[in-house]
Amino acid sequence: MKAFDYQRPETIAEAIKAASKPGASYYAGGTNLLDLMKVGVRTPDSLIDITRLDDLKRIEPQKDGSLRIGALVRNSDLARNVDILSDYPAIAEALLSGASGQLRNSATVGGNLMQQPRCAYFYDPHSACNLHEVGEGCDALEGENGKHAVLGWTKTCIAVHPSDFCVPLAAMGARVVVDGPDGSREISIDEFYTLPGSVQPPGSALKQGEIITAIILPSDAKRFAPRARYIKLRDRTSYAFAIVSAAAMLHIGDGRIKDARIALGGVAANPWRAREAEDTLNGAEANEASFKKAADAALADAKPSGDNAHKIELARRILVRALKAAADGTPPKMPDLPGSVFAVGKEAR
Amino acid sequence: MADTPMVAAHHVRLGSNSGQPMTRRDGIAKVTGTATYAADNHPQNLLHAVFAGASIARGRVTSLDIKAALAHPGVVHVMTPDNTPALSQDPDQKTTPFTARIDVLQNDKVRYAGQPIAVILAETLEAAVEGARLVKATYDSDQARIGFDDGEAFAPEAVGISTPPKFSTGDFEGNRKKATQSASVEMETPLQYHNAMETHAVVAEWDGDHVTVDMPNQAIGLAKPGIANYFGIPPENVTLRSPYLGGGFGSKAVLFGPQMLGILAAREMKRPVKLVLKRGQMFGPVQHRSATRQTVRYDMDADNRFLAFEHTANVSTSSFDNWLDGAANAGLSLYATPSISVSHSGTRFDTGTPGAMRAPGIATGSAVIECAIDVAAEKAGMDPLEFRLLNYAEKDPSNGKPYSAKALRGCYKAAADSFGWKDRPLKPRQMRDENGLLTGWGMGTSIFHAPFFPAKARAVLRKDGSARAETSGADMGQGAWTVLWQMAADGLGMAADDIEFDIGHSDLPDGSVAGGSAHTASAGGALFAAGNDVIRQLAEIATQDKDSPLFGAGNERVLGENGRLFKAEDPNVGESYTDILQRAGIEEIEGKGRGNRDKASTETYAMFSHGAVFAEVKVDPDLFQVRVTRLVGAFAAGRIINPRLAQSQLTGGMIWGVGFALHEEGIHDKRSGRPLNNDFAGYHIPVLADVPHLEALLVDEEDPHVNDLGVKGVGELGITGTVGAIANAVWHATGVRTARYPIKIEDLLKGAQALKA
Amino acid sequence: MAFQISLKINGNGHDVELEDARPTLLDVLRERIGLTGTKKGCDRGQCGACTVLIDGRRVNSCLSLAVSLDGAEVTTVEGLSDGDTLHPVQAAFIENDGFQCGYCTPGQIMSAVGFLGETGGDASAEAVREGMSGNLCRCGAYAGIQDAVLDAQARMSKGGKT
Repeated sequence: MKAFDYQRPETIAEAIKAASKPGASYYAGGTNLLDLMKVGVRTPDSLIDITRLDDLKRIEPQKDGSLRIGALVRNSDLARNVDILSDYPAIAEALLSGASGQLRNSATVGGNLMQQPRCAYFYDPHSACNLHEVGEGCDALEGENGKHAVLGWTKTCIAVHPSDFCVPLAAMGARVVVDGPDGSREISIDEFYTLPGSVQPPGSALKQGEIITAIILPSDAKRFAPRARYIKLRDRTSYAFAIVSAAAMLHIGDGRIKDARIALGGVAANPWRAREAEDTLNGAEANEASFKKAADAALADAKPSGDNAHKIELARRILVRALKAAADGTPPKMPDLPGSVFAVGKEAR
Repeated sequence: MADTPMVAAHHVRLGSNSGQPMTRRDGIAKVTGTATYAADNHPQNLLHAVFAGASIARGRVTSLDIKAALAHPGVVHVMTPDNTPALSQDPDQKTTPFTARIDVLQNDKVRYAGQPIAVILAETLEAAVEGARLVKATYDSDQARIGFDDGEAFAPEAVGISTPPKFSTGDFEGNRKKATQSASVEMETPLQYHNAMETHAVVAEWDGDHVTVDMPNQAIGLAKPGIANYFGIPPENVTLRSPYLGGGFGSKAVLFGPQMLGILAAREMKRPVKLVLKRGQMFGPVQHRSATRQTVRYDMDADNRFLAFEHTANVSTSSFDNWLDGAANAGLSLYATPSISVSHSGTRFDTGTPGAMRAPGIATGSAVIECAIDVAAEKAGMDPLEFRLLNYAEKDPSNGKPYSAKALRGCYKAAADSFGWKDRPLKPRQMRDENGLLTGWGMGTSIFHAPFFPAKARAVLRKDGSARAETSGADMGQGAWTVLWQMAADGLGMAADDIEFDIGHSDLPDGSVAGGSAHTASAGGALFAAGNDVIRQLAEIATQDKDSPLFGAGNERVLGENGRLFKAEDPNVGESYTDILQRAGIEEIEGKGRGNRDKASTETYAMFSHGAVFAEVKVDPDLFQVRVTRLVGAFAAGRIINPRLAQSQLTGGMIWGVGFALHEEGIHDKRSGRPLNNDFAGYHIPVLADVPHLEALLVDEEDPHVNDLGVKGVGELGITGTVGAIANAVWHATGVRTARYPIKIEDLLKGAQALKA
Repeated sequence: MAFQISLKINGNGHDVELEDARPTLLDVLRERIGLTGTKKGCDRGQCGACTVLIDGRRVNSCLSLAVSLDGAEVTTVEGLSDGDTLHPVQAAFIENDGFQCGYCTPGQIMSAVGFLGETGGDASAEAVREGMSGNLCRCGAYAGIQDAVLDAQARMSKGGKT
């Protein structure tokens, strides 16, 4: 690992000042950044350790009914939080479906948003990857790419965003609060991630020195609490990234869907909000035919980026599954295998 | 070897220690963190070594820029081919058994990605790691060849350990013509990497021309002369310590380049050196399981009995060595058939050289054979168990020899009963569980050789009644510390708690290789014999001592138990070991022993452990994620010394079967040859959630021929049979057979779509 | 840039000199303090062999910068037993044969201690399987590991050590 300067500021202002220098990076849970530094694809000059910024560790209900989650709240603490479990259960299920107990104890909310793609070529410093340096090219395009993107990709980058947590965040339209040299601002999660372009690889809206201070879960998403699921397809029962995943949240009244929120994971460089699919569901009956129509709409623009056409069909199916499971109702108790395709009943299959 | 008596007779009666489900005698050390693995050693004045690996898979290094590495604070030296002395033995020579060609900075050639091209030595681990990153190489590279379509084909001279690549018996062509139907299956198996939890490591310290090496090793007796040869010193100048191995699975039986580089660095630097492989470096220089492309075909008569069995395997190896997994030999002794034709071909990949990996050959081959058997059963319209019983081999079909013991029928019955197999519908896609998951049941037969290696051991009984037994053998998790201890105590006729016991050190008598599922029989037999030798000498003293109650009992059997020698015919007549030695004024008696397998038995009998594995899988009907919800195996492996530990070995093997069937696959980039999933996030092995229910039943089996103690191995048996059982269960759930392992979601999806269309 | 940090490990204070900020807690424990019970299996947070408790929570020590933990309380496998009396989880691992080679065992045990603290003593077998899935065991001693954790949970809920 490249040697780096290390600072541990006491206040957010000090942190921003220190991180505004090019080559500086924030350090919190360390579960992704430190790993990338070990393999040598991230080589920051300095780490700004924000783990002692206690102001960022609170979960606070806001007056407008929304829930503000400090960026340094650990994944496991958030997943056990009573407000999350009662009001935003898909968030808890997504968090608990990811990584391991140990990693969830370290990983923070802010760090989860900043997770880097899991493409093997990105992780290999000797491979060409535009995420290493713009213009390097992309070795994944002609390489092993069975798990790569089917939506929103360009030849610049076909990697997918690996987060589980961000999928229900995207579905419910969470907002990201950032602070920085130019003051604080809120960014909708849709705009937080930038998809790859003709030259630029995917990234985030954060500017040098900006720090995520909180995530805000909107109050209107609470109405989905009775029918909200996150379901994740994996090639191992636990401790595996999603092949494809889906967050589905339904508000049903008088036998009809009044409102729906849908996002897909493992399909694009961002957690993919599927608004077209949501639109097809508004006013529709909550049945398999509606869900299939929605899934078709969600994947209408999908195309394989390599040897991964199967992911389009799997994404369709995981979305149907998540919608059925949501329609069936949020389980009264968190399943023992959170987010697992095995954690739904017969009705939802 | 007249001075190392063998066990006296067949049907030897082991004492009260053997057969007991004792907990592990190294348990407290392992749960308190005090068990010392190689990399836990930290001699004073230690230097850390990390090697830089090649980023190409074929070609040569044209230049190495080491300036930045040397300039890094803490880095004291960088070894490159330019400044590394020649070893005393060309590392491409093979002068001892179980030797692999290794890469030790002796030239600028690159033969696989990740091959060591420089070694960085530094005062801290962090500096050594960064130094390795800072080494910049340029290459003259050739196109990498990865996979059967790109690799270079060749005709091998041998597969596995010196086994012929082709074999046939009976009127194969004639029988084929007689057949009324046939079943054939083509499947590929991928590169698999051993990935013991403990990566390969070495701590080496020289004192003049003597070297002390802490290194996990499954074959200390071979490693000692091997190291000596490389470094041009007599074997007695090598002290190798390997009290605990953090797993081996075949990959710690031979000497590898990185570890020899650590020893070499210590000699160059005149300081102790520690070199520990990073996980990512486990996917090149330290072996793997060959990839295979196999075809298995069974031809049957009108009564559904086999007439001919054909198995061909195209098997991968490296460009510079010749180990080939003997996949197509897996079925030679498995099912009854009057004619057999098997053959191997080889393909050279630009990877490291493969080697023996848990159940080499048999795991790979039986994974395909068991599928073919089920396809044949389906054609016959028979239940897979009934079909296997119909084609049960009473004699080894490859040579007509009777089995030394074969309780496979009992295994089938025990496992099938416990599993509830009788309710299984014949056709696929018939069962769903309460949650709507497709449910399937499948089975497979387990088989593994019962080899025997010439191990030696020593036992000492002292005047104060204390005793000690020792052999160099290795515990890589299979339980040698416990099982061998039990056998040693029985040899001495004492309680395990009352003797000292030692293994894992090159100063001890050669305990031979801990591999091939032979260690308990081989090293355990030697320890038992050593103890018996002590008792024999003790009996001689007592029966010639007028003051002993045993005086004159020369023609009767005299036995030792609980530290007391007595007449077999009248156990009341006897006295304690201490009394005998004290009266005789003898400080201690040393016994030597080696295990024994009767030569005539080897020629007369086919020797195997057997078993049956039944699997239940649940498969999502739309998404095709698979979970193995139940695995029930029953196994017969002769005399079981410690049922608790044997069951753990067997369920562990069954879990390897889950990994083989569903997870494990080493993926290399076809252009660069670099491994793409050389970590545990990419190279999946099963986690606890993957194996909800495991049962390993032990079926009684007395094997009077396999060796004097009737002991066979269980370490590799469990993986065989399990892989096919899972694939068969997946077919039973989904109606789909995939053309490759691991069974992937996308392959099941495609298969199901094809079925529908 | 050198750093001086203090860690309380298994109840004992340790002042550690770091010549720069790179060393992980795992490497500090193993190479600088001599507590080698904690094992390195992957160094990437992918196997769980290095699991320790930091301020009572189970974490992968390979992905924790030591410098960031200045002042923290760390419990490793060496600090679990009370003299010669094993922690119930340690005892349960021996009695249920929850290991073979023993290399992943310190991490398994520390993970189990952390897990049982998180769940409060009523974890189902399935929850144990999921909760312990961050600890790989290549030997495949999972049957014993599952039984050991369930057994330890039962012992601890009967008024044993928590």
